[in-house]
Amino acid sequence: MLLIHCPYCDAARPELEFRYGGEAHVARPADPATVSDEAWAQYLYFRANPRGLHAERWRHIHGCGRFFNALRDTVSDRFVAVYEAGAPRPDAAETKR
Amino acid sequence: MSEPFRIATGGDVKAGAPLTFMFDGVSYAGRAGDTLASALLAHGVHLVGRSYKYHRPRGVLSAGAEEPNALVGVDGGAGRFTPNLRATQVELHDGLVATSQNRWPSLAFDLGAVNSLGARFFSAGFYYKTFMGPRAAGLRAWKNVFEPIVRQAAGLGAAPTAPDPDRYAQFYTHCDALIVGAGAAGLAAALAAGRAGADVILCDEQARFGGSLLQERTATIDDAPASAWLEAALAALAAMPNVRMVARTQAFGHHAQNLVGLCERVGDRDSAASEGVRERLWQVRARDVVLATGAIERPLVFPGNDRPGVMLAEAARAYLARWGVAVGRRVLVATTHDSAYRVALDLRAAGVGVAGVVDLRDAPTGELVEAARGAGIRVLAGRAIKSTSGRLRIREARIGPVASTEAAQEERIACDALLMCGGWTPSVHLHAQSRGKLVWAPAIGAFVPGQAAAHVRSAGACNGAFGLAAALREGDAAGAAVAGGSARAYATAHDPPQTGARDIAPARSAAAKDKAFLDFQNDVAVEDVELAVREGMRSIEHVKRYTTTGMATDQGKTSNLNALEVAARALGKAVPEVGLTTYRSPYTPVTFGALAGASRGDLFDPVRRTPIDPWAQAQGAAFEDVGLWKRAHYFPRAGESMAQAVARECRQTRASVGLFDASTLGKIEVVGPDAAAFLEKMYTNPFAGLAPGRCRYALMLNEAGFVIDDGVVARLAPDRFHVTTTTGGAARVLHHMEDYLQTEFPQMKVWLTSTSEQWAVIAVQGPRARDVITPLVEEIDLSREATPHMSVREGRVCGFAARVMRVSFTGELGFEINVPSEHGRAVWEAVWAEGASREAVAYGTEAMHVMRAEKGYVIVGQDTDGTVTPDDLGLGWAIGKNKRDFVGKRSLARPDIVAAGRKQFVGLLTEDPAFVAEEGAQIVDARGGAGGAALGHVTSAYFSPALGRSIALALVANGRNRIGETLHIPIMGRTIAARVVAPTFHDPQGALLDV
Repeated sequence: MLLIHCPYCDAARPELEFRYGGEAHVARPADPATVSDEAWAQYLYFRANPRGLHAERWRHIHGCGRFFNALRDTVSDRFVAVYEAGAPRPDAAETKR
Repeated sequence: MSEPFRIATGGDVKAGAPLTFMFDGVSYAGRAGDTLASALLAHGVHLVGRSYKYHRPRGVLSAGAEEPNALVGVDGGAGRFTPNLRATQVELHDGLVATSQNRWPSLAFDLGAVNSLGARFFSAGFYYKTFMGPRAAGLRAWKNVFEPIVRQAAGLGAAPTAPDPDRYAQFYTHCDALIVGAGAAGLAAALAAGRAGADVILCDEQARFGGSLLQERTATIDDAPASAWLEAALAALAAMPNVRMVARTQAFGHHAQNLVGLCERVGDRDSAASEGVRERLWQVRARDVVLATGAIERPLVFPGNDRPGVMLAEAARAYLARWGVAVGRRVLVATTHDSAYRVALDLRAAGVGVAGVVDLRDAPTGELVEAARGAGIRVLAGRAIKSTSGRLRIREARIGPVASTEAAQEERIACDALLMCGGWTPSVHLHAQSRGKLVWAPAIGAFVPGQAAAHVRSAGACNGAFGLAAALREGDAAGAAVAGGSARAYATAHDPPQTGARDIAPARSAAAKDKAFLDFQNDVAVEDVELAVREGMRSIEHVKRYTTTGMATDQGKTSNLNALEVAARALGKAVPEVGLTTYRSPYTPVTFGALAGASRGDLFDPVRRTPIDPWAQAQGAAFEDVGLWKRAHYFPRAGESMAQAVARECRQTRASVGLFDASTLGKIEVVGPDAAAFLEKMYTNPFAGLAPGRCRYALMLNEAGFVIDDGVVARLAPDRFHVTTTTGGAARVLHHMEDYLQTEFPQMKVWLTSTSEQWAVIAVQGPRARDVITPLVEEIDLSREATPHMSVREGRVCGFAARVMRVSFTGELGFEINVPSEHGRAVWEAVWAEGASREAVAYGTEAMHVMRAEKGYVIVGQDTDGTVTPDDLGLGWAIGKNKRDFVGKRSLARPDIVAAGRKQFVGLLTEDPAFVAEEGAQIVDARGGAGGAALGHVTSAYFSPALGRSIALALVANGRNRIGETLHIPIMGRTIAARVVAPTFHDPQGALLDV
């Protein structure tokens, strides 16, 4: 059971309170009608799945209910950073220890 | 009954009246403080089990958690039978009843031992070869030969059959420092951390704290005997309010961020004192963890190393010192390590006959070796055990030069116990589980902790630092470090250094008959691992799975490194090059009771009931589970079958009026200046033009264009909507809406509130629905003109604020009365009373399903499967033609979605009107031959009372173009012909709705 820090509640809470939301920073095209089939397929189905730092969405669904983003190391499961939805991905160099 | 092998008292054994216990139907005397193993050994009972594959006689190997052989079932009465317990850990209590496992008919005479004769059938990869061999032969052999044998012969213990009457508690806690293991290292760590003021939990798997100090007879700490130091240390810790000490508590899993699972045996011995709590599961979140888990002695690998009486050397020392039990009268020791000499010396000092020490090393030296020689113990250097004999207990060992294969060179030594020591394996299990790295330490021939996870430390023997001085030093340093305290020095004496040799591989004697076992519990021998390598296994993970070595309930605690060495030798590689299998939780088996805790019976899952539920129960409704909800399925009258009840409910609803509890519908209040614009994004339909007071059937898609939910959107005011969802979809739909609102359209001013449990919903459906409710409704004109189909009105029902929606899921005139939940039952009963004179019927979910199918109304999740678009369902009309965007719209133009031949929603009428198809049945075009091409499947099928025949709904490729065609449903040996029709069977024009 991971402890996850919710940036809105500013508190660490057990994983059970959260729901995973897939890769972060996959923005929905502003006007989907103008997007090509290929680009739309990329948006729908293609995800990064890295070994290492992964920017991903979480929702504190059984807490404040807010969506936020996190940088998690997929090897160690360590959360390197959590940040509010809409904020840019933190520079990985900054967050390295 | 005397205990012939109990030669001393003290230690763990308490004075007082003896206890009585039963093992395999025989009554024995034992002592308070005994384990089942020590009590049996006190009677000279070594034979305690039969092995897994070959049913070989097996005896107690160890004195602790690593025990692979002495597995017993303990029967505490009805529902209190626990299989696969290690006799070395079962604490004796008066009246204990235990049985051996895996033997038939008895331990001493076991018919399954003939498996030894068929040993070639059970070689490495037996299961794989049986299944993967020539198909026909393999299957036949499996069914006729192997399966019956394996079912009868294999298996460890028997699962209990009665429900467990005991309670299992669960406990969550935090601490600064969790210290696992209360031997010298753990105690030193706890003292250092406790003195520095840290909040400490110290746990140990045994009933007594002390670890190896409990069997230490010569060493001193700070000039006091080890036992005196131990007593003082425990007293000091007990006086510290910031230190919690929990005995009988196994740390079994070490997870991320120092979440450690502990299982505490609370009431095994005395359930009265524990208030019925048998075990307690601790989930400890520790800031720091100090692992002081010690080391496990390694068996030697020689033919016949599994005979009862062959034990780990240190175990014999523990049985002597702690329980006053001599494991034999004439004991032979075999070793590659100095520590076994200490065992020989202790046994000799206690008056036990020591036949000699067989040392595989050519020229063993050192303080302990010399002490043994000085005590007159015969040391046979450069020699190995070549074989053993004895039917149910070792009688004799044959000793020869390490490299010799010749029987002629062998000396026979009689013995009734053979104590072996192949060195020590640090218990790195928890370190590895916490994702610490392991490194190979050639000096001790074992893996030791390398880079640890954050805030995890290992100290003492589990860190590869053997000996009392090292344990105290490392424990103290770790405890001081985690608590910010300062280290101190302990002075130890009379603790001679101990070293050993690794990687001595004695040659197999030509005269040896028995296998040399690696994994005692899974019966894996040297030859199995060698065979696996010959057959191409290269990775140790493959060798493990092919041979099953290390895969028994003991997880290879005594066997993994020996197996790894054999594999490495066979592969011609060094051990670290071959690698290591993964350490996984749990360290020792944990009962399902502890893991389940209170989550059983009524508390297994939450149950959701509607406000009207008690009324349905009083009416004798049959219930079904829908998610967590209990829903009235149908309302049988005396003597009625389910089919009869459902048919009556349907007929009566369509003839007069039916009441249905729809309270489980999901409800979301969507409010705000952008509410309409937001719903236009979430649903396919247009809402901007929906006037307040009107409702619209709405379809929700995911971004891929597939239907994920449907419901009714009712506009109460320009900025306020009452949205319903499917019962099962309520939480999912709200999450989906929140996702888009928060992350894609955060500029929209909209608030979403779940109101599912705030409203009770009473559906009143049927031609007389209006007559029934009109007398109860205030402030609303329910006439056809004032409240047309698909409208919503706010007013009062029975005096309570209500939202009345004119909607229908039956095809009849219908109203859904929403009232605050607390008034749901009162309003239901008032409507029911009004209905009494109008032949009203209460109907359940089954009749609801039948009536909606007669109308061809879709149930999302039953008629759809996540790959169905609105057009596939014939619901293209629900898409707002002028909307530029909604979730899923872009995907509806993707090539695969607009391609011809997609499965479409149609009706089916079987040629045999009495035949109701199976939901999920395949539909084929039988013109292509017996099988035909698969075209789709039946999604819903019922007997329709309105039509007096069966009906079905289906997804069929190109279905709408096939209307009129006959297709076929294959079922068990025949096919059923069915005609494709439009999916609306009853009142296709909808005339009944507009009344």
